[in-house]
Amino acid sequence: MLEIKNLHATVGGKGILKGLDLKVGAGEVHAIMGPNGSGKSTLSYVLSGRDGYDVTEGEVLYQGKNLLDMEPEARAGAGVFLAFQYPVEIPGVPNTTFLREAVNAVRKFRGEPTLDPMAFLKLLRIKIKELGITDDLIKRAVNVGFSGGEKKRNEILQMALLDPALAILDETDSGLDIDALKTVADGVNALRAPDRSVLVITHYQRLLDYIVPDHVHVLAHGRIVRSGGKELAQELEKTGYAAFTGQAA
Amino acid sequence: MSQMPATAENILERFAPGAALADAPALPWLEDLRAGARQRFAAAGLPTPRLESWKYTNLRPLEKLEFAPWAQEQVSIDRLPSLLPQGQSTQRLVFVNGRFREDLSALGALPDGVRAGSLADALAKDKSGALADTLGRIAGEDGNQPMLDLNTAMMSDGFLLHLEAGVRLEWPIEVIYLGAAPRGPQAFHPRSLMVLEEDSRAIVVEHHDGIGGNAGGAYFANHACEIRVGADAQLRHYKVQAEDTAAIHLSNLHAEVRGGGLYDAFTLTRGARLSRCEASVALAAPGAECHLNGIYMLRGEQHCDNTTRIDHLAPETASREVFKGVLDERARGVFQGKVVVHQDAQKSDGHQLSKVLLLSDTAEMDAKPELEIYADDVKCSHGATAGDMDPEALFYLRARGIPEETARHMLIEAFLSDTINGLAAEGLCPALLSSVGHWLSDAADGGAS
Ligand SMILES: Nc1ncnc2c1ncn2[C@@H]1O[C@H](COP(=O)(O)OP(=O)(O)OP(=O)(O)O)[C@@H](O)[C@H]1O
Ligand SMILES: [Mg+2]
Repeated sequence: MLEIKNLHATVGGKGILKGLDLKVGAGEVHAIMGPNGSGKSTLSYVLSGRDGYDVTEGEVLYQGKNLLDMEPEARAGAGVFLAFQYPVEIPGVPNTTFLREAVNAVRKFRGEPTLDPMAFLKLLRIKIKELGITDDLIKRAVNVGFSGGEKKRNEILQMALLDPALAILDETDSGLDIDALKTVADGVNALRAPDRSVLVITHYQRLLDYIVPDHVHVLAHGRIVRSGGKELAQELEKTGYAAFTGQAA
Repeated sequence: MSQMPATAENILERFAPGAALADAPALPWLEDLRAGARQRFAAAGLPTPRLESWKYTNLRPLEKLEFAPWAQEQVSIDRLPSLLPQGQSTQRLVFVNGRFREDLSALGALPDGVRAGSLADALAKDKSGALADTLGRIAGEDGNQPMLDLNTAMMSDGFLLHLEAGVRLEWPIEVIYLGAAPRGPQAFHPRSLMVLEEDSRAIVVEHHDGIGGNAGGAYFANHACEIRVGADAQLRHYKVQAEDTAAIHLSNLHAEVRGGGLYDAFTLTRGARLSRCEASVALAAPGAECHLNGIYMLRGEQHCDNTTRIDHLAPETASREVFKGVLDERARGVFQGKVVVHQDAQKSDGHQLSKVLLLSDTAEMDAKPELEIYADDVKCSHGATAGDMDPEALFYLRARGIPEETARHMLIEAFLSDTINGLAAEGLCPALLSSVGHWLSDAADGGAS
């Protein structure tokens, strides 16, 4: 599904990713943990194609194609979805309009017919009910005035609507109450399928109790410094990152 | 003075060959008014950037035009552009090159106490001299407004509205000003007058457009408008300026709002190569309020200037002003907003905001907000911003699969739409939003030359 080889990336001229290797197979869930500032969000932005994140070395293959050559919208169309650590507020654009545009844009990429407003609304109703999102949130402008948790739920709603093949969740669990955490986990687990993969970036073991990963990686100083099974997360909870930050420096 | 008259007559002749109220009867007060304006314009000439208030807008393109004799253009269009939904468009007054065209207008029945029609007609019938108290009086004569003077000297015709006390109109009145110049440049000077007596209400929708698209040739529309909003009366005045891209559009508006009255104005500008809308509002008695809002969308070499002045003359008066612009290519926007809170205007509030989205490096904006406060207990604010599109918002949309161009359009529409959605005439909003949409899709077609 996803193969990252020797990835080096700079942000604002500063080297952040320094030779990152990662392979995510179809149907797998991988968790990435690591200290603040180690480059987790940078990795997720590089994968989704944000301007200003320059790849200086290495390559990324997604479903066998060179992901780094694609425009951000084409990546989304091909099934890559990033749940933002900090979802962006867009005043003046109603959430419903945004969601419909996004769904139809992705459907076009897939060669599926677009949904008319009525058909879309029907789909939306089903999804918001599943995710416990209030009507109010879809009527308001995108993320404007949403609470931290509401923004994260809105990310999961987008994920559920866009039905991605590779979902990258950048600290979607931060700031969520326990019920919301379960809802998010349910949303991700519902997506689990042999032809889909999930990359979960998190600081907390707790999320991984609900979304049980196949592999856990530690990202420090721009590289994967250790990989293991789900027990690695528990170990990190106890020992912290001191050992790795020393090792990678 | 001695050597001026000859030159002055030349200038005047240049701008209105035969356009003035040719068939108006000789009303002594009107003759005086026009003679005075003629003299002032002759002495001042066209404003130049040396004048402080004309620093950013140069009328040189106007000097280059050789105007042909005024001509009543033949207009044969099946459907005049209405901005209102069917059923709400019962009153439509059409002016072509500054003259009322009854044959193109639709005048439904109006309630008692309403007069809506042609100013020239009204003047022709004005035996009592009733118009002498308002026409030219609301605007005043401060000797500092050459383009208003030119209009007064050369006024052809225009929209007249009078509402008696307590009359409330249910549907908007639509006033359509069309310009055409297929056989050489045209100049015309429409003059309108709206007087709302106590506790009356009306919505006026103005549409300025060219006939014949870009093949239509250059014309110069020099509008002036005088408004009096009586105590507790409300006038909502919404204007769409979609003139031919070769046209020059100037407008000079003076409004006086009495106690508890509301003047609510909105202008959408997307036409004309050069335009300047000047508005001066006097909040004359306690509780008077005005909203001066506008959006403009420009590209190519278009230039648009919004210059406003609001005088808070009495206690507890309020003003709100929001202008938003989107500038692409080499377009240039100007916003000059002056708010003067006079000594007596305690407990007034005035808020002003100018926001501009620059879509290209070569687009330019000059914003000059000015607050002058002579009272001590007031709430006032102003702000002006000009910047690029938010790259984070753009990336967020693209990361959801929305193509870059669509994403840009969504963000431009979002930037402009809240100003439109706040309008009281809901029936008008779809047309305004689609006007924004048209402007955006013109860009996709390669631009409005
Ligand atoms: N625009 C930028 N210019 C310069 N440095 C940047 C920029 N954006 C990010 N960085 C730096 O890159 C490093 C990695 O940031 P990143 O957001 O990827 O960390 P992270 O692992 O996601 O951290 P956290 O756990 O706090 O979310 C940080 O040191 C950050 O300050
Ligand atoms: Mg991060």
